[in-house]
Amino acid sequence: MKKILVVLLLLSVLLVGCAQQTVQPSATSTPTTQTTPSATSTPSTSAAEKILIGFSESKTGKFNAESKEQTNGFLLWMENVNAEGGIYVKDLGKKVKVSYTSYDDESSGERVQQIYAKLISEDKADFLISPYSSGLTASAAIIAEQYGKVMVATGAASDSIFNKGYQHVFQLYTPSSRYLTSAVDLLQTKFPDAKKVAIVYENSKFAKSVAQATKSYAEEKGLEVVLYEAYEPGTTDFTSFINKIQAANPDAIIGGGHFADGETFAKQIFEKKVKIKLLSLLVAPAVPEFAEIGDAALYVTGPSQWEPQAKYTKEAAQKMGVEFFGPTVEEFVKEYKAKYGYEPGYHAAGGYAAGLILQKAIEDAGTLDSEKVREALENMKVMTFFGYLEFEKGEYYGRQIGHDMVVIQWQESDGQLKKEVVWPETGASSQVIAYDEKY
Amino acid sequence: MNAEVLIDSIISGLLLGLVYGLAAIGLNLIWGVMKVINLSHGAFIALGMFSIWILYTSFGIFPYIGIIMILGLGLVLGIITYFGALHRVIDAPELSTLLATFSVSLIIIGFGTFIFKTNPKALDFSLGGIEAGSIVILGTKVATGVISIIFTVLLYAFLYKTRPGKAIRAVSMNRTAAELMGINSSLILALSFGIGIALAMVAGALIATIFPFTILSGGGYELKSFVICVLGGLGSPIGALVGGITLGLIESVVTLGIQTSFVPVLEFALLVAILVLKPSGLLGGK
Repeated sequence: MKKILVVLLLLSVLLVGCAQQTVQPSATSTPTTQTTPSATSTPSTSAAEKILIGFSESKTGKFNAESKEQTNGFLLWMENVNAEGGIYVKDLGKKVKVSYTSYDDESSGERVQQIYAKLISEDKADFLISPYSSGLTASAAIIAEQYGKVMVATGAASDSIFNKGYQHVFQLYTPSSRYLTSAVDLLQTKFPDAKKVAIVYENSKFAKSVAQATKSYAEEKGLEVVLYEAYEPGTTDFTSFINKIQAANPDAIIGGGHFADGETFAKQIFEKKVKIKLLSLLVAPAVPEFAEIGDAALYVTGPSQWEPQAKYTKEAAQKMGVEFFGPTVEEFVKEYKAKYGYEPGYHAAGGYAAGLILQKAIEDAGTLDSEKVREALENMKVMTFFGYLEFEKGEYYGRQIGHDMVVIQWQESDGQLKKEVVWPETGASSQVIAYDEKY
Repeated sequence: MNAEVLIDSIISGLLLGLVYGLAAIGLNLIWGVMKVINLSHGAFIALGMFSIWILYTSFGIFPYIGIIMILGLGLVLGIITYFGALHRVIDAPELSTLLATFSVSLIIIGFGTFIFKTNPKALDFSLGGIEAGSIVILGTKVATGVISIIFTVLLYAFLYKTRPGKAIRAVSMNRTAAELMGINSSLILALSFGIGIALAMVAGALIATIFPFTILSGGGYELKSFVICVLGGLGSPIGALVGGITLGLIESVVTLGIQTSFVPVLEFALLVAILVLKPSGLLGGK
């Protein structure tokens, strides 16, 4: 009996060993390469033929939806730039077409590292774009930095990616530390009498880091934070928080976390008729379904990376004294709608902007050399349909310092709830309305 | 802090406490009569939430009428559950009944997750509110509190004034003696379990009129129910109501002074304190 057991044990060990061995090679070879027809077979090293951009996308797993939008945006950019003959590279004295290679990262950080290593060493990608989400981008950034390849990070808002000393990763999204600082600016500019703020946030990593940054920013700006407290994820009863808010009598409530809790919080604030000037919550108000709570959604504001209503125009760029690059907001929205049949959100806009910013950097550098392009990105100050973009050169090298969150507010027009951009003033589509106007 | 906020908090704590109490009475009754720790209590609370949600959104039945239907549904489901999962192990050691009710809970939550997913649902209806100065008391909360009191009174009347009620009390006091008096104890146990489940489902339905919920929401209220039962004394419906109000007040009034995340610490510290100092509960006998 014992012998049989030992044999079985050995067999299973062997089997597991074999399985691992067979898995190993297939893991690196299975990802299907998708390139444009012009680049099907030859991952060529000759940069003169084409510019190869590599990235991983989450075709499966939890980031599937957002990642698809991001890729859609990128593909639209590529289509546009190739329709014009490609990107002009001064050193080569001609326009070079763009192609891309991508693999499914299954929304997993481990896959991301394999993929980016392969993109760089086997596929010979010239430039990289990040996966979707902060977590995956943090994994990819390590590889990009090791190989000295420029990576434009989109769909990643975390600050912590950028204090690792990387020199090749450039962020497009407003970092989470500034997610709700726009709300503070909005409050102070539009409601100068406001002195007291309540910050009530979900006890999750993201919301917490946003809340901490918002608190110190608000205090720095001379506001008094009268309540600073976290609620547990999944909270449905905000009674005790609302009681506390009423006891503290703030002018604004800032915070939130995810969709469900934000929606419930907004609803209960409305039911208790809390009198405040501004209610600004993470995530929930930016989601179209937020309108389902009806009157409770009215005049609620929230940050968003980008909205189709944003008015980033050539005139706004002129006012700031910077160049406007790429399509206008209207052109982007129209083209995206024509290609995919629905209005783009900020994930798609981020995907397009990633390609656009690379294009601008290559044109500025006049070469495909990674280091020269990196320098071009470092010195870039540009207005696009996505907003104003500039990268930090200091401790958090590559972090976005130009782009501002837009603040949207649910307003009423013709009896319909509609999102309007109310901040920044340069991109606003409507004036902000005080929250307590609704009562 | 001003007086209005305090009054507001006390009223909402009271109203919420009443429905906590109602939920706990269901658990209390089942323990008192059957000596079964019903771990499916939370699952049935969630089932009550979804029942009222379906009745309201799919059939347009006014929630407070739906509650009467849910009472009937709970009774039937409870009796079925008793005969399906508990009857055969009712005389076995307590661990068996504990596991049996836990299994029922897993089954309900499993099916619920499959059918409803775990995204939050909410009853989109409102009774407006009563306003006085800056105090706003929601109509739904008032209705919930009032209905909870009505159900508690009805349960009392049932237990003390009707024959089956008296039989339940007899079985709870001494099952063997009750059987010798000609009481069919199986039927009485089934009825008790049915009533306990019905009350849990009604409480769930009432909570659903105030707060959003998922199929997993019952767990939190189940824990509260345990604390309330210990607080108020096992086997005492009024005790459960008092326990519920205590908990409701802690949640809305005491939190004015402390971080809300400390509330569970406080609640369970209270639980331990009661167990050590007065194990029979605040209103428990002996």
